[in-house]
Amino acid sequence: MNNTMTQRVSAHKDRLAVAGFAVEIAGMNKWYGDFHVLRDINLTVRLGERIVICGPSGSGKSTMIRCINRLEEHQSGTIVVDGIELTSDLKKIEEVRREVGMVFQHFNLFPHLTILQNCMLAPVWVRKVPEKQARDLAMHFLEKVRIPDQAHKYPGQLSGGQQQRVAIARALCMKPRVMLFDEPTSALDPEMIKEVLDTMIALAEEGMTMLCVTHEMGFAQAVADRVIFMDQGQIVEENGPKAFFSAPQSERTRAFLGQILGH
Amino acid sequence: MNMHNISWVRQDIVAPSPRPPGQGGVMDWVRKNLFNGWVSSLLTVASVMAIAWGVMAIAPWLGNSVWHAGSLSECRQILDGAPGACWGVIRDRWTQLLFGFYPTALYWRPMLAFVLLFAALAPILFRGLPQRALWFSAVYPGLAFWLIWGGSLWLPVSIYLGFAVATGLFSIAVRSGVGLAATAAIVGAALWWLYATPALVEIATDTAPILLVPVTSRELGGFLLSIVIGVSGIALSLPLGILLALGRRSGLPLIRMLSVTFIEFIRGVPLITLLFTASLLLNYFLPPGTSFDLILRVVIMVTLFASAYMAEVIRGGLAALPRGQYEAAGALGLDYWKAQRLVILPQALKISIPGIVNSFIGLFKDTTLVMFIGLLDPIALAAAIRANTNWQGIYWELFIFIGAVFFVFCFGMSRYSQYLEQRLRTDHRWEECA
Repeated sequence: MNNTMTQRVSAHKDRLAVAGFAVEIAGMNKWYGDFHVLRDINLTVRLGERIVICGPSGSGKSTMIRCINRLEEHQSGTIVVDGIELTSDLKKIEEVRREVGMVFQHFNLFPHLTILQNCMLAPVWVRKVPEKQARDLAMHFLEKVRIPDQAHKYPGQLSGGQQQRVAIARALCMKPRVMLFDEPTSALDPEMIKEVLDTMIALAEEGMTMLCVTHEMGFAQAVADRVIFMDQGQIVEENGPKAFFSAPQSERTRAFLGQILGH
Repeated sequence: MNMHNISWVRQDIVAPSPRPPGQGGVMDWVRKNLFNGWVSSLLTVASVMAIAWGVMAIAPWLGNSVWHAGSLSECRQILDGAPGACWGVIRDRWTQLLFGFYPTALYWRPMLAFVLLFAALAPILFRGLPQRALWFSAVYPGLAFWLIWGGSLWLPVSIYLGFAVATGLFSIAVRSGVGLAATAAIVGAALWWLYATPALVEIATDTAPILLVPVTSRELGGFLLSIVIGVSGIALSLPLGILLALGRRSGLPLIRMLSVTFIEFIRGVPLITLLFTASLLLNYFLPPGTSFDLILRVVIMVTLFASAYMAEVIRGGLAALPRGQYEAAGALGLDYWKAQRLVILPQALKISIPGIVNSFIGLFKDTTLVMFIGLLDPIALAAAIRANTNWQGIYWELFIFIGAVFFVFCFGMSRYSQYLEQRLRTDHRWEECA
């Protein structure tokens, strides 16, 4: 049992070693007005890598991953996603967004469309997938997140956990190369957090490249290849999950972990 | 037994039981809603008395209605001093109130156009009709124009071809940018209408004369005029209002500035000044020699006026959407126009339905203002009828009739908007899915 686990982990490590880069952020800075929100961010993510980003609120972690699909604009430095550099070129931005799926804290499903229509919208209109094929694709991913029976309901009729799983399925329907999760469980009742995390763990095990902003440290320990701690707009510490939790190097990381794991 | 034991566990589950029967019935409802305390009782009695007084004042007047009379004096003779409504004037002049001075022999044409209007609206307003029916909706404006004004069928056909030219140019030029393509389309269509249309209509009419007896705009009047202006204004102001609302929220400073200027200017000016501009000033700005139909000018002005209000109503709907909807649409790779069309506008318009219909109703009733620039809307015709010696001194009956017809249209729009809101509700549809 333990043996197969180690085997799987080492197989995963081998894959990472040969894979290319999914995201490369170099010397990136961002300001809101005069406020310097992101300071000298350097981060490279390999294809297939799973990264968990944590830190106190206001530390810039959400802003950073929102820069990766340009929901936020950066003012200096470079961001290259899947080989495409993000500039103000709209074509490039749309190209990146096609390859990068995002899951939001508040789900952001389209309330006027059914679950199925939510999932079919982008494949049909962005990828030009024929309608029938898009429907099959949507049903495939809805089965994967275990809610195919809700396909013809509207988002308002689903629980928070179900909505978030639909949001994951909706993003997956675009067959993205990278998935961004912006605090996907923070708006959920404790009972529903597990169902969403299980879906994310299943996704991680399939080799999806993931960047997750989350406070779910159990999730970080289970799937992360690297944990990144941010504070005051900077990356303060970066380490494998084992070392990160057992032997945090920085004083601020220790204080943060003490706060969230303390009780 | 330990008295201080706070631990307790339910042993059996309580099964659901039917709800106790409703208390009361009619008497209970009356007591609760009409005579609940002395203030409530007093208000109930006062309201009943007010209603009774109103009915008693109007009932004899309506009850003694005279339908067969050729003049007001004949009415008075029949009534012999008793109070009574003289509906003879409506019986005598109703065609004039509906059609103005439209040639009597040709009444079938606007009537047919009116009936077809419902066929054209049905696929837009109600679902469950085949998509192909929308083709008729697209063809209808040209057809209605031809039926009402007559002349050569080739004129509306050629105008439609202008749209085809615009679409063609747009799809050719769209590769080099949406802005450029839009400009090419607009310029192309304008050139087509200015230069190709007159020649084309002449040639086509010579070879295949499909003609109806022409009717001039001066002959149009009454509710025909109100409906022509109202329906065109409504149909045109919604898309223009949407564009202006999007323009006002656009990230492009020039577009935003133009939209804001337009909206604030048009909203800051009374409609009647715009109508006077349409009737008097517009000719100065147009190239010499072009004679621009007065009704067309009025439709343009009414559309511009209504679209400014529409833009603000729709902007309210756009502002009500959470930012997450824009972000989710963007994150999925939808470009600006697709995101607007598929995600943002369906929701924003749904929120704005009450405001939009409010503007529509306002616009429709504002069409009566055209009497001030000499067009014969129902109110102007009422004045003309009263100027006739036969009907001098009559006014209640005419205005009640005109008001009732307007009410039917406006109330219809209001009911439709409630139906639409109900249909588009997606938040609590458990019943439908269960």
